[in-house]
Formats: sequence, structure tokens, C-alpha cells
Amino acid sequence: MEEFLQQLTNGLAVGGIYALIALGYTMVYGILRLINFAHGDLFTLGAYFGLTLLISLGLADHLNGLAVGGVLIVMAMGLVAVVGWLLERVAYRPLRDSDRLAAVVSALGASIFFSNAIMLVYGPRSQVYPSGILPSAAFPLFGVEVPVMRFLMFGGSALLMCLLYWFIHKTRVGTAIRAVAIDQDAAKLMGINVNSIIALIFLIGPALGGAAGVMVGLYYGQITYDMGFSFGLKAFTAAILGGIGNIPGAMLGGILLGVIEAMGAAYISIAWKDAIAFAVLILILIFRPTGLLGERVADKV
Amino acid sequence: MSAGAIKERCRELQNKRWFASAAFVCFFLFMALAPSLLDLFGVSGGGIAQLDMLNKIGISAALALSLNVILGQAGLFHMGHTAFFAVGAYTTAVLSTMYQWPIFSAMPVAGLLAAAIGLAVALPIIHLRGDYLLVVTIGIVEIVRIALMNNIFGITGGANGIYGIARPAIFGFVFNSPKSQFYLIWSFTALTVFIFYLLEHSRFGRALNYIKADDTAAAGCGINVARYKLAAFTLGAFWAGMAGTLYAANIRTIEPTSFNFFESVILFAIVILGGSGSIAGVLLGSFLLIGLQDVFRDFDSARMLVFGLAMMAMMIFRPQGLLPPRRRRYDARKLMGKYACGISRQCGAKYNPYDEDEGSAS
Repeated sequence: MEEFLQQLTNGLAVGGIYALIALGYTMVYGILRLINFAHGDLFTLGAYFGLTLLISLGLADHLNGLAVGGVLIVMAMGLVAVVGWLLERVAYRPLRDSDRLAAVVSALGASIFFSNAIMLVYGPRSQVYPSGILPSAAFPLFGVEVPVMRFLMFGGSALLMCLLYWFIHKTRVGTAIRAVAIDQDAAKLMGINVNSIIALIFLIGPALGGAAGVMVGLYYGQITYDMGFSFGLKAFTAAILGGIGNIPGAMLGGILLGVIEAMGAAYISIAWKDAIAFAVLILILIFRPTGLLGERVADKV
Repeated sequence: MSAGAIKERCRELQNKRWFASAAFVCFFLFMALAPSLLDLFGVSGGGIAQLDMLNKIGISAALALSLNVILGQAGLFHMGHTAFFAVGAYTTAVLSTMYQWPIFSAMPVAGLLAAAIGLAVALPIIHLRGDYLLVVTIGIVEIVRIALMNNIFGITGGANGIYGIARPAIFGFVFNSPKSQFYLIWSFTALTVFIFYLLEHSRFGRALNYIKADDTAAAGCGINVARYKLAAFTLGAFWAGMAGTLYAANIRTIEPTSFNFFESVILFAIVILGGSGSIAGVLLGSFLLIGLQDVFRDFDSARMLVFGLAMMAMMIFRPQGLLPPRRRRYDARKLMGKYACGISRQCGAKYNPYDEDEGSAS
């Protein structure tokens, strides 16, 4: 029981992070039908921006732990959003009307570019987030000592997801985003500026990814330049699991995948932990390609 | 002759049926002379470093050509080719070190095993839409790498890999020196080019191209799309497995890190940047990507940065690759027999429906 509860809370904490990254994939896919392979690296970029800000601004001396975390996340979100916007302008907009393979290859190129740029600037070795920013205390839950950090992670990602949900479903701009996702041409006829909506998507998605990056840094305490690959692939799995193009689906998929992975690592084999997510991906695509809540991805031939 | 006339003449020449074959023959003749040329110019160290590099390029070219059947001809976004390469290399290594099989006997087994795994993997996923297939194949590469790392079946040696693989030998002759390795590898590459050239111009190759262009229309013409896609996948995997044998026998120590996702990306890029669906393009791509990688070894980290930028820039400015495949051309008279005589007399010697598109990329 203790093991189960520990793994469950751990899975929820990591799952929240997967969900945040998955939102970036799913929103871009929903609008452009493009898998933004560089998204995982934007997430890494967020983690590194957060580290640089943390060290250079000396935030930890002036504020208490939670406020530091909050400020860091907001600043990293802003910076990564700018990078995401630039990425769309430079690498994706010129390819909007060409075939899908071209955009996919460009996205891969961007991914390679970002991860290697990070490696050049920060070096190939992993970087360490200063410890003790967030409280390391444990919280008794049903008689089991669970680290408070996990609740903070899950709470933080849940807060951001609620904000996004509110934005997409309750505001005018959010309605415009949903309209563009359904039919670009019709949206254009209704007076929606499709280009600026797409630019906005590339601000929001990377911002959420950047927030996830800082959270990973604070949670694990260690970041590497190539972590975007595995986190990105898992978040993509989460997006497919929930149904790609579907925002609540990405949230559900991320959290589910986090829990499945934590349970699999605990009860099946820790060495195969990374393979579990890929196995889930392949099984989902074979047996329920629409995902739990989403659109169809397979063509019958 | 004016420059324009020369250009016109070159274009006419390129359109000849025999031009591509002649170009390949010239290329391989030149390659056959390469070791002697290295000797002749007295390259330092007897040209061993250069030969090693050429060997690497040869293996990559054969491997990329096998990917080209899947990605370039059939248009399936397959980024997991390293997985089949790894299966071939590990099969060879296990057979060689544990059962003392000679390399050349291990080769077909490696190919068949890779093909079997390729078929098994492809069966459930072949109907996926383009970019989903891409992601699943990435997942397959990772699963294979993790399996090799975890010493699956207790035979892959975990993170250390397998070492002490035998040299290939035939009738008592052992391919020991880099030079003999060079001839072995490039003969295989030449064979690959020959076979895939025939394939490209066969009924099978045309069917694959049709599927790439429009699979619904292809199905409408009676092509069994799923079966052709599977056949392309299996054939590519088979050839990748055999290339894996050569790789294992060439470097003699294999480890899981040699078969990571990144190697798959490089292979993918060789095909896409060289010219998807074009054998000459894939050869050029192998030289550029593998060769330049070696030349710029000193700028190890910045090189990948440039590589990423180049991928983006190519897609924006020249998405069809450096040497895209030429449009298929047919002689109307041959196709239509005597009924075409009227047409050909009106239009000159040959009727070519694509003349207006000449020069534009398909």
C-alpha cells in the first residue's frame, strides 16, 4: 500500500508535467496538423532559462521558496514563448502550404538545432538546480509520508491547465482558436486573423512547455541538454493517448501516462521504464488510434 | 556552341535511357580506383583513415538505399531504420562469437531475421497516416535500443555490447586490411545500387511511386496498397539487416549506442536531403552527410547545429533534395504501338507529355 501510494503520487506529479508538454503538441497539431518535433527542446530550453535566471538574479536570497518557483516559471514561460514564436516565423510559416514531410523535416532540424545550441552554450554535462528552493518536507497521507514537492508539482500544472481551459473555452480569443482548429478558411471568412492565431498558439504551447521545464528542474534537481527527446516523445505519447488535437485529452493522457509509467517501473521493471511509454504509444495507435477522447489518425487502405 | 545549346545538349543526354546506368558504372569504376589513387598521391598513413571513412560511407549508402525503398519510393515516413540495422548487426555478432559462424553465412540469416521483425512490426502500423508512422517507428528504435541495453535473452551483452566479431573470409581469403574491406563493402554497395535500380524501373517500383503520389488512386487502379507497402518495408528491413552484417564485420565491436535514434535521423536526412526516391541523390547524401561529418570532426558540437539549420533551410528552399529523381519518361510510340504513328509524325520524333514541366521538380 505504501509503495502504491508513493508511486501514485509520483506518477501524478510527473504526469502533470507530461500533460503540460503534451498540450503544446496537441494545440499545434489541432491547428496546423503538424507534429512540432522541436517542442521537446523548447521544454529543455525552459529548464535552462530557469536555471540561468535563478543563478544570475539571485532570487533565492530575496524571496521564499514558493515565490521563487512561481517567478521563475513565469519568466521562463515568457522567454520560451518568444523562442516558440520565432521558430514558427522562421521554420514553419514558409512551409505552411508545402507538403507535410517538408514541415516534419524542418521541425526535426529545429529540434536538432535547439538541443545542440543548448549543448554548445551550457556544455554536454548535466546541470544541477540548487537544492532547497522548494520545501523538501513530507506530508502524511493515509499514514504514508509523501514529499510535499509532488503536491506542488501537480498543483502547479493543474493550475496552468485550468487557466488554459478557461482561456480556450471562455474568452473571445479562445473561441477564435477553436474556430481556426475546426476550419481555417471558414474562420478567415468570419474575420479571424488566422496568422495571428497560429502565432498565438506558438506563444502559448512553448510557454507551457517552458513552465514544465522549470518544474522538472525543481523536481529532479538535474537537467541535461537532451532530456527534451525522451520527455517530448512521452508527452507526444500522452497527447495521442488522450486523443491528439483535443485539449482535455492531452491533460488526461499526460496524467494517465505518468501513473502508468510509475506503476510499470515499480511493479514490472525499472530498466524497461522508458520502453513502457513507447509500448503504450504503439498499442494505442494499433487498437484505438483515436485516443481516449480524440480524432481518428489512421486511414483505412 | 553557345552556353544555351550546351545546356540543351546536356539535358538531351540526361534523358537518354542509358545515361543513368552509364553514370553509375563510371562512378563505381572511379571508386574501384580510389585506393590506388590514395596510394598514388601518397596520402599520409597509407590512406587508411580515408579508406575507413569511405568504408563507413559505403555501409551508410547501402543502408540509406534500403531506406530509400521505404521512404523515397513508397513514401512511408519511416524513421526507425536503425532498428533493423541493429538486428542484423547483433545477429551477425551473436552467430559469429557464440557459434563461430562465418560472416558470409550469417549475412542471409541477419537479413531474414531483420525482415521477419520488420514485417511483424509493420503489419499492425502500416495503415497509419504519415507522421504517426514516423513517431511509432521512432518508438521502435528506442525499444530496440533499450532491449539491447538490458541484455535481452542474455545474448546482447548489455551496455558493453559484443566484441571480437570475426573478419569475413571466403575460400581461405580473409578480408583483413582496410583495402580489402573497402572492396568488399563497395561491391555490396554497387550490388545494392544495381538491384534497387532494377527495382525502381520495375512494375513493383512504379507501383510504389504511384502509392507515394496518391494511394487512393493507386488502390483504384487495382494496386493492393497495404501489401505493396508491407513488401517495401520488409525488403528494406532485409537489406538493412545485411548491411548490419557488413557493419559488424567491419568494426568488430558493436554496442547499443551505435544504434540510437540519432543515427536514424542521419539516415532519414541522407535520403531526404540527397533526393528522396533517387539513387544518385542518396549516394550523394551519404557522401555529404557521413563524409563531411568525418571531415569536420574537430567541430564536433557545432557540426550538428549546422546540420539542423541545413535541414530547415533545405526544406524551405529546396524540399525535393539535391538530386531529385527524374520524371519517368516513356516513348509514346512504344507504348501505343502503331496507333501512335500519327502523333509522333505531328510532334516530331518523340511525344513527351511532360515537356512543359521540364525542369520543375515533381
